[in-house]
Amino acid sequence: MSPITPARATRILGIAALAAVAATVALGLWVTPPDVVQGDLVRLIYVHPPVAWVAYLAFGVTALASVLYLWPRTRSLAWDRLAGASAEIGVVFTALTLVTGSIWGRPTWGVWWTWDARLTTTALLLVLYLGYLALRRVAAEPETRAKRSAVAALVAVVDVPIVHLSVVWWRTLHQSATVLTPNLQPTVHGSMAWTMLLGFCAFTLVYAWLLVHRYRLETLEERLETEGLSIALAERRAEAAERVKAPQDHADPRSVDPRSADPRSADPRSADLPSADERVVSR
Amino acid sequence: MWRDALLVVGKDLRVELRSRVATNQVAPFALVVLVLFAFALDPSRGVLTRATAGLFWVAVLLCSLLAVQRSFAMEAADSARDGLRLSGLDPAGIFLGKAAAVAIQLLVLEAILAAGIVVLYGSHLHGPLLLLGSTSAATVGLAAAGTVYGVLAAGLRVRETLLPLLLLPVVAPVLLAATRAWEAALSGTPSDGNPWLQLLGVFAVVYVTVGVVAFGPLLEDA
Repeated sequence: MSPITPARATRILGIAALAAVAATVALGLWVTPPDVVQGDLVRLIYVHPPVAWVAYLAFGVTALASVLYLWPRTRSLAWDRLAGASAEIGVVFTALTLVTGSIWGRPTWGVWWTWDARLTTTALLLVLYLGYLALRRVAAEPETRAKRSAVAALVAVVDVPIVHLSVVWWRTLHQSATVLTPNLQPTVHGSMAWTMLLGFCAFTLVYAWLLVHRYRLETLEERLETEGLSIALAERRAEAAERVKAPQDHADPRSVDPRSADPRSADPRSADLPSADERVVSR
Repeated sequence: MWRDALLVVGKDLRVELRSRVATNQVAPFALVVLVLFAFALDPSRGVLTRATAGLFWVAVLLCSLLAVQRSFAMEAADSARDGLRLSGLDPAGIFLGKAAAVAIQLLVLEAILAAGIVVLYGSHLHGPLLLLGSTSAATVGLAAAGTVYGVLAAGLRVRETLLPLLLLPVVAPVLLAATRAWEAALSGTPSDGNPWLQLLGVFAVVYVTVGVVAFGPLLEDA
């Protein structure tokens, strides 16, 4: 039970994440000054790089969990759930990275989108992991699905550094200030650097909180699936046992028994067939 | 492992030679793609000439999807996959064999396509060493990644739609690097293509390694 019910620690984590985000918003919107060159637009720097960082972190966790699943000694479906949960959050944050980047790019570069190396590789990252999630959605035995998606996650993550190395080799238009280097900003103010750092912490906390809940949800879904089946089986058995005890109750389909009021609820295999035929004819 | 790989290559290529799917359908398809590109871009021949390398590799990528689908559709018929699993062949050998068979078919296809761009787009094939090197590295990478994803998607009911979604983003670096290498070669400055050639080599080595390690467990489950 313990990993399923939300623990107090989770709640504290949630509160901390909320407080950190609120502090980032307050500092980012009101305390820090507008940039000399970019004006208020610079405030996106407190959101955009941290969001991108969380996306990388999430895919890193997915890859690590996949390795731990594939390693025979640590094989456990818990790692598979962790990998899936983390990848979902990663996809959301990659999309957020692209959206916030676009919002910044429209006034700065004059376009929503440009075929720049970093933008293209980020979009590629999104598509890669959308494929991974699509693979996870394919119905299969849990172990088969886990193994398959773990290999897919590893193949996908191999691609990420290759794609990122190509950014170095390919002349890029994207400025390098989007990485965690506040010093590159010539007009960086002390409070701006701190706010940015806080942004990184805040979004990492949000990631951890989302991950805990997504993982929990996945565990619950799995339990619902297995326990739901055994509950249904038990109900069916109980019903069948009842019928064996009192078969004459079901001879007449118009009986007052509430369970057979709806003719579809009667199981044609266990109910005696003549009455079923009679029912069809009598309609 | 190598002997098993040779057996599988021999089998796959023999099936291909007898069924002639590659020669009768995939190769014409590749040429159709080239012609379609020309229809789309030809009014200004300059665009077509500048985009030749990219168009060539996009056509190769599309054909590699077909080749991978075909390579595993072959195993799906008459429960051949169970036979493969029970055969006692080394899974790594099976992987290398299947990837090599796909790679050989792709190489033949690329030769046809290269002739196609010379004839249809009027390209000049400068820098033959760079062309050969980058093509073979890219082909090995494509075939290895394709075979890993092919067995991953094999046996799934949604494989026709899932495979392109999974494979195309993963091989995007091949498209990128091979296109740049070919551009360098076609424009007569082969030395510009060397970093891309190295990237293609890294890609090929990484995916062949992943395939050798991961193919066994995936084949068991397929």
